[in-house]
Amino acid sequence: MEPCEFPHIEEQLGPILGRHGGDATRLLQILREVQDCFHFIPPEAVSCLASHLNLSRAEVEGVAGFYSFLSLTPRGEYRVLFSDNITDNMLGKAELMQYFCNKLWVEPGKVSEDNLVSVDSTSCTGMCDQGPAALVNGWPLTSLDNNRLDLVAELIRIRKPVAEWPEMLFEVRDNIRRPGMLLGEAFEPGAGIRATLARGAEATLKEVDASNLRGRGGAGFKTASKWSFCHAAIAEEEGSMICDVGGHPERFIVCNADEGEPGTFKDRVLLSSHADLVFEGMTVGARVVGARKGFLYLRGEYRYLLKPLEAVLERRRAAGLLGENILGEAGFVFDIEIHLGAGAYICGEESALIESLEGKRGRPRNRPPFPVTRGYLGRPTVVDNVETFACAARIAEKGGAWFAAMGTAQSTGTKILSISGDCARPGIYEYPFGVTVEEILRDCGTEDAHAVQVSGPSGTLVSWQEFGRRIAFEDLPTAGAFMVFHRQREMFAAAHNFAHFFAHESCGFCTPCRVGTQLQKRIMDKIAGGHGTPADLEELKQLGHILGTMSHCGLGHTAANPVLDTLKKFPGTFERKLKALSFEPAFDLDGALATARSITGRDDEWAHLL
Amino acid sequence: MSKTITIDGNEIPFAEGQTIMDAAMAAKIYIPHLCHNPEFKPHGSCKLCTVRANGRAVSACTMPAGEGMVIENKTGELDDERRAIVQMLFVEGNHLCPTCEKSGNCQLQAVAYCLDMMSPHYNHFYPPREVDASHPDVFLDRNRCILCELCVRASRDVDGKNVFGLSGRGIGSRLVVNSASGRLGDSTFAVTDRAAQVCPTGAILIKRQGFSVPIGSRIYDHKPICQVETEGKSGGEHE
Repeated sequence: MEPCEFPHIEEQLGPILGRHGGDATRLLQILREVQDCFHFIPPEAVSCLASHLNLSRAEVEGVAGFYSFLSLTPRGEYRVLFSDNITDNMLGKAELMQYFCNKLWVEPGKVSEDNLVSVDSTSCTGMCDQGPAALVNGWPLTSLDNNRLDLVAELIRIRKPVAEWPEMLFEVRDNIRRPGMLLGEAFEPGAGIRATLARGAEATLKEVDASNLRGRGGAGFKTASKWSFCHAAIAEEEGSMICDVGGHPERFIVCNADEGEPGTFKDRVLLSSHADLVFEGMTVGARVVGARKGFLYLRGEYRYLLKPLEAVLERRRAAGLLGENILGEAGFVFDIEIHLGAGAYICGEESALIESLEGKRGRPRNRPPFPVTRGYLGRPTVVDNVETFACAARIAEKGGAWFAAMGTAQSTGTKILSISGDCARPGIYEYPFGVTVEEILRDCGTEDAHAVQVSGPSGTLVSWQEFGRRIAFEDLPTAGAFMVFHRQREMFAAAHNFAHFFAHESCGFCTPCRVGTQLQKRIMDKIAGGHGTPADLEELKQLGHILGTMSHCGLGHTAANPVLDTLKKFPGTFERKLKALSFEPAFDLDGALATARSITGRDDEWAHLL
Repeated sequence: MSKTITIDGNEIPFAEGQTIMDAAMAAKIYIPHLCHNPEFKPHGSCKLCTVRANGRAVSACTMPAGEGMVIENKTGELDDERRAIVQMLFVEGNHLCPTCEKSGNCQLQAVAYCLDMMSPHYNHFYPPREVDASHPDVFLDRNRCILCELCVRASRDVDGKNVFGLSGRGIGSRLVVNSASGRLGDSTFAVTDRAAQVCPTGAILIKRQGFSVPIGSRIYDHKPICQVETEGKSGGEHE
């Protein structure tokens, strides 16, 4: 055995474990702190946590190995992760990252010799309206350019703690361009709860039902149905009802703020400037379903929002809007805890999110049972999107009919879109449902728009011929992403980027997604490298079919969407890259020598087979 | 009157709480599967047992049977999709049947034959995977691991030892061992554990037993897996 490098791990982890009360459901939160402390999860820490949390070592290692922001091997003291969304790339991400690496003499994906810095890519960090963006030790850097990166490199070189870096590097703007009833109208904290208490829980559920509010995460399940299923469900264990300490059946309200879909950043803005509305909606939901505890699952990329959000919670507790006897109502108990993710898109899937909340690997569960009957810790749980709760707060305050008067028949209310890419005014736009793509493009200032990726890679690619289509569940459902591409953009590059995204984010549980997303990525790489053939296009279609039908969850089901959509709507972008042959071996003879070239430091003509 | 489902036109009974797979097994209908073993909690990860229930693709091993469900199982389209999944399993690991001790007793190989897989079709990934010979009685060869987690479930639920787990994510998912060194020899694993017997491939092999049953006399050498599974005690060990 190798000598133990961390002989004092017990003492070092003591305070962290103490803060979390030795609770295994907090394993992910604990691992985040260990990562911050050591810049990786040392093997000694895995053993120590396992014994204190009464878990097997393999379970702790399983969780630590699952999340992108945790690492089982050492990372740099400064870990810089460049956001790899297509919009960041359109703004020059690849060149900037190379510039930065050259500046610091470090290779992407590797740790510098002095362990000072490591640089790598990460999935979209939700700063598409102010990219190119990156994270340094988890804190967002926005609007990067060579000058800013010079400064960052210098700060790293002189080992200045990130907390002391100039604030302007971390400035995140809201960029609200078109406010509506959620973002534009004043909201008095407590108004929704007050109306709920006056009206009664049952009548409030009726209002939510009458509003026809549907989930804003994209799937569009009717919120009132979800709430009433949860309200009706009672968790049982061996024939007896599971109750909390007060003798009430336990239920939970969870707010899904794991906004990982590339191109989506509207929850970021709701949480930074309208958190009261979101927490109010959760509290209304708690009253309706009879929950006493709520969680906000905040994606790791938004850790900078943790402190401000906790301040909002504290203020609400002081105002009697959270805690015991809310607004003086005897027995109305509800409080909210914030959990941070650690870089896993799959945790946006509600059952994977629940697993992650329980401190486990974010693996989607088998369904049925659904979370509304068996969710967090096996208890009935409502999981709703940030924006859904914000809408619910408004509905509680103003009534269902008011809400239903906006939008279309099947899509009532408004939708917040996060717009990025080739437009003059990227940012946040709130529209009544039913707005056409064309109108949106006009508002955000586009010239020559050629295509829009609606609802991110898992959504729909809309070509210029379809700009008359409407944002609505009836036509183009969306979680909010709206990425614009102008005529000069190569659409293949977007599909290629998205194929890499899904391969990186597949959880690995089911065969079709674990292997299929890899195969898709490799074929797209082959085509990008100029080795593609018509047979590869057929293979992509076939893979898309397998992914779409055989996968375990929505990630796999939609992982081929961008490739299939692009093949269908922009076939030329693929065909231009193909070799005019029916077969081309996937094995790249010259590529296979890359390792040998890197070892010998050669790149001369004799080191290539062409 | 008992409740029934229909599989490929045959009406079969099921009891409340049974999955489609349970009902099919009881009726001696073969639904291809690798991660499922009726002794353990259903997992639903390999996706070979995907069937169409009332037109919707579901995993037979985890989906509860429902009164009147109409299920398609043995169709050309489903078998094409299943074959693709087996091919995916072959290329993501390092499966070299001619030199593998498990050949003829291997469920992955047997399912591939059963689904008429003639080639791996996809390009091999050739991943570097760890081999662990540290245990006195058992080899762990991750080259052949298909991540079905049967050993994880057996060790946790039957042996009460939690010797195995999964770490990593996506294509980087890997079987890990519950010991400080990560080696099987330093864990509490014993050759008598149930987990030593459940691997459907040759990832967990018992030492000093190699070729005690000669090639040609093994379980699937003469009968296809669909026949073995529906004739005998289904899903049990095949040693």
